[in-house]
Amino acid sequence: MKALVAVKRVIDYNVKVRVKADHSAVDLTNTKMSINPFDEIAVEEAVRLKEAGVIDEIIVASIGPKESQEQIRSALALGADRGILVQTEDKAYPLQVAKILKSIAETEGTEIILLGKQAIDDDNNQTGQMLAALMGAPQGTFASKVVVEGNEVKVTREVDGGLQTVALDLPAIITTDLRLNEPRYAKLPNIMKAKKKPLDEKTPADFGVDMTSKQQIIQVEPPADRKAGIKVGSVDELVDKLKNEAKVI
Amino acid sequence: MAILVYGEHDNVSLKKATLNTIAAAKQMGDEVHVLVAGSNNQAVAAAAAKAEGVSKVLVADNAAYEHQMAENIALLVSDVAGGNYSHVVAAATTTGKNFMPRVAALLDVSMISDVTAVIDANTFKRPIYAGNATATVQTSESKIVVTVRTTAFDAVASEGGSASIETLDDVQNAGKSQFVSEEMAKSDRPELTSASIVVSGGRALGSEENFEKYIEPLADKLGAAVGASRAAVDAGYVPNDMQVGQTGKIVAPDLYIAAGISGAIQHLAGMKDSKVIVAINNDPESPIASIADYYLEGDLFSVLPELTSKI
Ligand SMILES: Cc1cc2nc3c(=O)[nH]c(=O)nc-3n(C[C@H](O)[C@H](O)[C@H](O)COP(=O)(O)OP(=O)(O)OC[C@H]3O[C@@H](n4cnc5c(N)ncnc54)[C@H](O)[C@@H]3O)c2cc1C
Ligand SMILES: Nc1ncnc2c1ncn2[C@@H]1O[C@H](COP(=O)(O)O)[C@@H](O)[C@H]1O
Repeated sequence: MKALVAVKRVIDYNVKVRVKADHSAVDLTNTKMSINPFDEIAVEEAVRLKEAGVIDEIIVASIGPKESQEQIRSALALGADRGILVQTEDKAYPLQVAKILKSIAETEGTEIILLGKQAIDDDNNQTGQMLAALMGAPQGTFASKVVVEGNEVKVTREVDGGLQTVALDLPAIITTDLRLNEPRYAKLPNIMKAKKKPLDEKTPADFGVDMTSKQQIIQVEPPADRKAGIKVGSVDELVDKLKNEAKVI
Repeated sequence: MAILVYGEHDNVSLKKATLNTIAAAKQMGDEVHVLVAGSNNQAVAAAAAKAEGVSKVLVADNAAYEHQMAENIALLVSDVAGGNYSHVVAAATTTGKNFMPRVAALLDVSMISDVTAVIDANTFKRPIYAGNATATVQTSESKIVVTVRTTAFDAVASEGGSASIETLDDVQNAGKSQFVSEEMAKSDRPELTSASIVVSGGRALGSEENFEKYIEPLADKLGAAVGASRAAVDAGYVPNDMQVGQTGKIVAPDLYIAAGISGAIQHLAGMKDSKVIVAINNDPESPIASIADYYLEGDLFSVLPELTSKI
């Protein structure tokens, strides 16, 4: 059985984000970029399924600028087998990304398709679900446990009230949540080996997908600042402030 | 054209999030219809018909919808939305986030998640980069599919409306997924995302027992909900549904008390719209100290019991 994992190149989660002075976008010049953390969890899960003998081959795909190669190489260093970079300088919106991934999944015949639950740049939380709909396939979003049994996968999902488990026919789309696993660190020999693993380069046009979205970001602003607070010296002072100043208790 | 709101419920009662969603929808257009899909959910339909500002309730009552499986719900919603609707709106809960992108893809349109402000029928604001920036997004789609952040919209009244109720007979069952089981947290405390006070604990609590011993008594005394940082959830001190943050729940209570939480940007993303923030932390350099309205430097293991006794 083959797996497809989608990885997005995003700003590193530790970096403090700045908005450009002209309010057109977030300033990404010279910022550290990484694999979206949820996608790293997705790669790790695929590698574990491969180690368990469930999966034979892991393909990683990324849609984005040429530098997204770095994120594909990181995924290969974690244990994926080969990569597909769909290169575009256009902003990649979820619907267009989902259309490209559908094409890859169908051509490659991948039965387990793993994505992150959300990309931490645009915080959309859409692509996996869109891909599932386009493929007419079932989905297990926000996964905290994945068990493949024969022709079916059981996914435990983190939902608002607790946990829900669903059983899905294959092929199925799974999106990862934080508790699914803890990704390993790539070892140096594996990083070296990853450089030799195959990486195909494509363009959206190869899949007949036009990247233009009917949605446009017309302005990006920094968030409103909270006014500075005060330091209180004791529990008594805190209780007094909450009762008499803030009037919240 | 009308606005289609997805009514969220547990087959017994309508979730309050739906009332916030209706409020957002009313800013997009005048006529609001609510779709309730579930099993034996007539009481929910009746409740939705009473909500302020709703003119019609569409009810789909079938076993296929009992567990809100995204595969089936999305087929139903996209089918209904294909009619005379300009917008499809749901709450950005795990239910809404699960099926709404499917609806958009089935309609072949893009989607806008987590809307916090409606500028006009085609223009919305939403947070990006863990709330470090706010994007204004404009869409020219024929059908506009959005989820809304419930904390950003004051709920409409649950009583006073008198919408007509229409039954939908078509049953959509994709047949490729099955509900297996669920483990839902039971609690007598208020629900986290709508509570007016939230007491949250972080990694510093150190154990599940300490959460029970230090956080819960304060929460009970204040009638508050309990929240947590990711570190506390990952360590197993509390269940996952208590995580507040960029990738957990978004809260905006009147009072948010953060004890032993450093205030990582991903945590702040979920609570920085709270009216009053209190931070209890022994490290004044923790980022939470600089965004708190009231910062008390100290050891939470002595501060929390004292606070609980003095409130
Ligand atoms: C993709 C991604 C998504 C994430 N999503 C979320 C999210 O949704 N929500 C979230 O919360 N985090 C999230 N995180 C994690 C986030 O980056 C932080 O790691 C996390 O919030 C830290 O939790 P914490 O503040 O409890 O722990 P720490 O950062 O370890 O802070 C503990 C704090 O307790 C204080 N302390 C220690 N002992 C005491 C004492 N005795 N008395 C008082 N204070 C004490 C310390 O000074 C410190 O400030 C995410 C991370 C990633 C990468
Ligand atoms: N440009 C992209 N290239 C590869 N994968 C992507 C891309 N955009 C989104 N994804 C995948 O979809 C998930 C959810 O992204 P989003 O819907 O944008 O929040 C991510 O975690 C990735 O797994």
